[in-house]
Order: sequence, then structure tokens, then C-alpha cells
Amino acid sequence: MMGSLAVIWAIGRKDLLLEIRNKDVVVAVAGFALLVLVIFTFAIDLNQGNAKLVGPGVLWAGIAFAGVTGLNRAFALEVEGSTLEALMLAPISRDLIYLGKALGNFLFIAVAQIIVIPVFAVLFNLVVFRWEMLAISLLTTIGFSAVGTLFAAMSVRVRAREVMLPLLFLPVVTPLLMAAVESTGHMVNGRSWSDMAQWLQLAVAFDIAFIVVSAFIFQHILED
Amino acid sequence: MVSQSTQLAVTAEAVVKNFGETAVLRGLDLELPAGEVTVLLGTNGAGKSTLLRILAMLTQIDSGSISMYGADISQNGPAVRALTGSVLHAPMLYADMTIRENLMFFAEMYRLENFEDLIATTTAQVGIEPRLDHRVRTLSHGFQKRVSLARALMHDPQLLLLDEPESGLDSQSVARLDQIIDNYKSSGRTVVMTSHIVDHALEIADRAVVLNNGTVGLNSTNPSHDKDEIVAAYSSASVDQ
Repeated sequence: MMGSLAVIWAIGRKDLLLEIRNKDVVVAVAGFALLVLVIFTFAIDLNQGNAKLVGPGVLWAGIAFAGVTGLNRAFALEVEGSTLEALMLAPISRDLIYLGKALGNFLFIAVAQIIVIPVFAVLFNLVVFRWEMLAISLLTTIGFSAVGTLFAAMSVRVRAREVMLPLLFLPVVTPLLMAAVESTGHMVNGRSWSDMAQWLQLAVAFDIAFIVVSAFIFQHILED
Repeated sequence: MVSQSTQLAVTAEAVVKNFGETAVLRGLDLELPAGEVTVLLGTNGAGKSTLLRILAMLTQIDSGSISMYGADISQNGPAVRALTGSVLHAPMLYADMTIRENLMFFAEMYRLENFEDLIATTTAQVGIEPRLDHRVRTLSHGFQKRVSLARALMHDPQLLLLDEPESGLDSQSVARLDQIIDNYKSSGRTVVMTSHIVDHALEIADRAVVLNNGTVGLNSTNPSHDKDEIVAAYSSASVDQ
């Protein structure tokens, strides 16, 4: 067990080290999401009423679209250098590779959110620095990483991968996006944990289901 | 169950591999005893690299079976992979990490202990220790190949798979590679390699296998003696797709 966790952490840590050196993924995700937020603040005549109504949707749609950009890049780097094959040569089970890559993607999207969410709070004039937001953000990022890592691996060898990944990813994460938007909506309207409980439960169920299923499927999509 | 005491390092039976409509291996049968250096020869597209990728467990076969050291590779993936070290066409290294960081990372993937010592020993063996803290991106192709060889040797595998290992290497590095292969042979371990430099390959090999049209066209256990026959089989080999 400890050995498996060490392998997962080593892959995630390696991705983080490469990201610190290249700044490919976090800059792309955060930059894209910030652009979406800024464009919507111009496109919508924001006031206190409609900010609470449309803000959560704009935030999570922005992060979802931006996440696709980052997920594409994170796996493309492994394939360009054939390093994914080097991982496949190692005597570790394929699901550890999946979990390690998903951990790396989780860290990238989480760091991007640390940049994006404060900007969202300022632009939409909403109070988001609450424990509820941390829970929503964690659950949504886990789900995005779980699904995104699988689909990025599936689409990375396809010529039109930039098109393929969002076509696979966005429909599947729709329930998670709904849960994130609805629970964020409850939070900005000052409602309690119990009001958002069903949405958080949906997010937890989504995360568990997709981590298990994706780890199982991942090993079958790696081989030629 | 993997058994390192078995006489055969590799047993391939009726192996078929197609890529789309292109048949690459067509019912290939091959037995490679442990402790031998085998060179796979053949024209471009004969299936040499595909066979090595299958043995490295990067490519799945369509039908047939492959065992390594008595264990079916489809049932014993991690255990068999622990016995093999592979240097394939691409160096398979993280370009923005240093040699040391790459080797430390892969040591963790192979769950090796005392990997500082292992890295020191292996990098000295392939002659890359002066540049341990250089990023891979800054190294020449030949040097990256040597790092790749260090990565493959670090866990002391029983079976070394080398796909045209001499390509990109200078004569000094080729001599070092020959020494490593020779050490492998002397210690009873196995090397399976491909090469386009037939003369050199036949000098170091115990066995030469010429692949022809996805099957074994010739299997010689005395390559230096059978050189003319091997060269003739190699030259006449065809690829019928």
C-alpha cells in the first residue's frame, strides 16, 4: 500500500516539478479561465442580483473549458517525449500511472483555481472565501481530474485531440458541473450546508464512480 | 509464475500482430534460451521493432502466446516487466529534468532501494556521470541514448531489449555498449537486440534470427559461421503487406 502511494506521489511530484520549470499547464488553465470571467463581466450587465444568479455558472464553465486546455497539454508532453512508454515499462500496475497522472492534473487545476477564484470574487463582487467553497472546489477538481485524465489519455494519440477531448470530457462532467454550479449558487446566496448537501453528495458519488471506473479502463487504452 | 532458473528466456508461439490491415507478425514461433545474445535482423517493416515492443509489453498481440522465463506475459505483467530492461527508438526521458532526476524518478517507478548508489554505478558503467546534473534537453542524441541505457540497466534486468542500440553512438560508446552486452552474457543473462549493422551484430551475437514477412526466415545458432547464409536471407527478405 505504502509502495503504491509512493509511486502515485512520485508521478504527481514529477509532473509538478516539470510544471514549475515549464509553466505550461497552470498558465494555460488560469489564463483561459480568467479570460472567460472577464469576457462575461463585459457581456453581462452585472448587479448584485444577477451576479449571484449567473456567477456560479460562469465560474465553473470557465474552469471546465480551461481545464480541457490544461489536460490536453499535460498528456501531450508525456507522448511527445515517449515518456508514457517509459512509465509503461516499469513493473507497476497501470492504475497507479493513472492515479499519479490524475494527481498531477488535480494539482494543476487546483493551483489555477487559487488564482481564478479570488479574481471571480472581485469581478462578481461575491463572498466566496468560505469552507463550503473549499469543499465544492475540491470535489469538482477531483472529478475533473479523474475524468479528464482518462479522456486525455484516450484522445492524446488522435490527430484531432484538441477537438476530441472536449467532445468526450464536457458531456460526461455535466452532472458534476451542475452540482458545482448549484452548490456554489446556494453558497453565494448564504444558504446552509444542508441546502447544498444533495449536490455535494452527487459530486462525491461522481468522483468515487469515475476514479474507480477510469482506473480500470485506463490500463486497456495504453497498449497499441 | 516467473522462474529465472528456466532454460528459455522467451517463448513465442503463433504470434500474430496486425496494425489495421497491415500484417506485421504472421504466426511467429521463436524460442530464445536464457544467457544468449540474440540479434533480430530483417528489412524495414519485417517486424523486428514490433517484436521488441511486444516483448517489452508496450504492444499487445492479436493472437498466440508469449512467455518469458516460464511466465505468460499476458497474466504476469508487472512481474515480467521487472525482469526486462528496454532501450527502444526514443530515449524516453523527461527533457526538462536532469539525468539524475530522471534516473531517480525511474528508480522510484521500479521501487529500487539505495538508488543513489545504483545511479552512481550505472552512470559510471555507461559513462555519463560527468553530466548527471545536466538537463536531458541539453544533451546530444547519442548521450540521451546512453542515459536511456542507464535507465534500462539500473534495476539489473535479466532480459535486456535493445532496438538498434548503436544508432547515434560514437565508436567509443559502441565499444562500451559491446562491453555491457558481453558482461550480460557472461553473467548468464539475456540480450535481444535489433541492428542494421549486420557485420557488427553477428560478431557479438550467439544467435541470429532473420525475420522475413512476419515469421522467422532463418534462426542461426552460429552466426559468425553462418554469416553468408544470414546475409543472403537478410538481403532476400521481403515485406508483403
